Amino acid sequence: MLHLILFLFFGAICVAGAVNLLVQSHPINSALSLIVVMASLAAEYLLLGAEFVAAVQVIVYAGAIMVLFVITIMLLNAGAEQHTKGSRVAILIGVPGALIGAVLVAWTLLTRGHTGSVAMGALPGSPQDIARLLFHEFLLPFEITSVLILIAIMGAVVLASRPEAIARRHTESHQPDPLPQERQPAPQLVGSGKEH
Amino acid sequence: MTITMMTAHFPALLAAGTFATPALDDYLRILPELVLSIFGMIVMVIDPLLDPERNQKPLGTIALIGAIAALGSAFIMAGHPGTAFSGEVQVDSFSIFFHVLIIAIAAVVILSSYEYMAVQRIRAGEYYGLILFGTVGMCLMSSAIELVLIFIALEISSISTYVLAGFRRRDAASSESSLKYFLLGSFATAFFLYGVAMMFGATGSTSIPVIREALLAGQSGLLAYVAVAFMFVGLGFKVASAPFHIWTPDVYEGAPAPIVGFMSTAPKAAAFAVLLRVLVETKAPGWFWLLWVSAALSMTLGNLGALVQNNVKRLLAYSSIAHAGYLLAAFAARPDLGVSAAMFYTASYAAMNVGAFVVVSHFANQGEKYVTLEDYAGLGRKSPALAAIFTFFLMSLIGIPITGGFFAKFYVLNSDLKSGLVGLAIILVLNSAIGAYYYLRIIVMMYMREPRGDVPVTTIPLAAAIAMAFCVAATLALGIFPGRVLDYTTQSADQIVRGDAPPVSVQQIVIPLEAAPR
Repeated sequence: MLHLILFLFFGAICVAGAVNLLVQSHPINSALSLIVVMASLAAEYLLLGAEFVAAVQVIVYAGAIMVLFVITIMLLNAGAEQHTKGSRVAILIGVPGALIGAVLVAWTLLTRGHTGSVAMGALPGSPQDIARLLFHEFLLPFEITSVLILIAIMGAVVLASRPEAIARRHTESHQPDPLPQERQPAPQLVGSGKEH
Repeated sequence: MTITMMTAHFPALLAAGTFATPALDDYLRILPELVLSIFGMIVMVIDPLLDPERNQKPLGTIALIGAIAALGSAFIMAGHPGTAFSGEVQVDSFSIFFHVLIIAIAAVVILSSYEYMAVQRIRAGEYYGLILFGTVGMCLMSSAIELVLIFIALEISSISTYVLAGFRRRDAASSESSLKYFLLGSFATAFFLYGVAMMFGATGSTSIPVIREALLAGQSGLLAYVAVAFMFVGLGFKVASAPFHIWTPDVYEGAPAPIVGFMSTAPKAAAFAVLLRVLVETKAPGWFWLLWVSAALSMTLGNLGALVQNNVKRLLAYSSIAHAGYLLAAFAARPDLGVSAAMFYTASYAAMNVGAFVVVSHFANQGEKYVTLEDYAGLGRKSPALAAIFTFFLMSLIGIPITGGFFAKFYVLNSDLKSGLVGLAIILVLNSAIGAYYYLRIIVMMYMREPRGDVPVTTIPLAAAIAMAFCVAATLALGIFPGRVLDYTTQSADQIVRGDAPPVSVQQIVIPLEAAPR
């Protein structure tokens, strides 16, 4: 019983944090809300008997990734964002659509989704189990993730590099670039970190 | 359905001692991916050693050699059918078909980028590297039979295309294209992942053959329907089918032209392969109406949108939405007819669309200045060869006989009619008529308008000429001798529909969890 109460409690905190993340206008507040989301997710994992995943969640997400986010915000010296009004169509269709989707999923899971239940801790969650899964059944996905990380790094290098860097070298031998050089504050850099 | 069902398929906790390290056969079954990755890394290592102003050609040549080597290794892979890496990938005629197709697209795109890179001054190392690595992801998508691997391969293919879309760094439209594609694409991938999680909840496994068994047992409930719908949202975005198509015109307009040729064909082919595996091979519930509605919407919205476009890249973007619709129309047909028609369509669409974009990227010139319909005015007089080749690809996109596009549409229509989908067939024919109008508009522009003096026409360089010749040859071959390809697709379609996988490897045998109390 206590278990269930704790589970629901952390679930509610997680959702509240996620909503707050979207509502806040200052990036640092959003980042702090994200920590709440990550930490309460870790608690949920722990309650489901996945100790290892919970620990990794705290170390990697609540720890490393969040520090990266905060430092990025600091370096960009990002101030409060101005909220755009958002299009009417998006609100008229999007909000009911999201609600219907959420209700549909909740209804399915609550009433029609009973395909079976599993006792706590019945599914493998210990470090040994995970290692066995990772290096045997899921060896190929695990290894191929290295390609994924490599292209993410290449992408960050390309999108964050200054277009002038190449242009200058070229102007020495070719005619100058006729196009105006648009400067972008490299929002992709933050994004490509968020992807993982 | 009890705990047994839920846990019996969990691939963990196999009898200790049966863990075999991957054998040579396992590696041979992912040989094209290995070759592509190695050449991608060679490109990245050699890049800093070369003069940044003259590195485009050598790096492109290495990438091209890599693609051709991968194409060769796909035939070695074809000699070793079966599953590999504990049932993660499966080499069958279906995956071989998509491997050859995707790698061939990559090779042609690399060839067509030679001139483009020099004119647009793009960083060559990362460009060719990302094409090769992206191809790795797409190839894996076509042979993966396990949803976790499919997800990671899908991410590799998507992230590399997000970045490639933003390579024209001096143009704001390209950055917009990249960022839009990234944000919306990540959102769509999240849907796919949620669908995978629900499918695991419904069937207790992420392995497609096991999911198939569980779904055929018919105890999966409504959850499986929702899971299929969510996965379809993710994949529907990747193939630009309506109603998940809104991003397409903006992204295609801003991305570099050769890359549009690449990303409108190769990742789509891979996503269609996944869609076939997920929907048809698992006999997923509820797929028919999903596909019917999405096909009808894509055809109609794509063609209507294309009517009013003035930018050739945007026009071809809408046309690619319409073509995704024609393809989905084949999916909606009876699987034994539709799958082979869909595979044939993917191949001929790839040949003609990549070809069209080779022409567009050659014509666009520095900074992609010349991409509107008016710029094409009088091209027939100024450069008869280029205009003739472009006309040929447009004819194929319309679906005029002796081109691959004709038989592709014919087979789709045939499979729909034989399956009794008369409504969908009528929508398809009406849409083909609308489509003919806007493709013909370009042709009329090229041959019946006075040329505009200020649009320069450069001679076609050798690499682009080879790329165009290859696409023309492929489109013609599919239009004149469709039989051999169709035989091959029919044979692989049979395999998918019947779902008889090669013998299951030792590691995949599952043991009920109760045997191992914790």
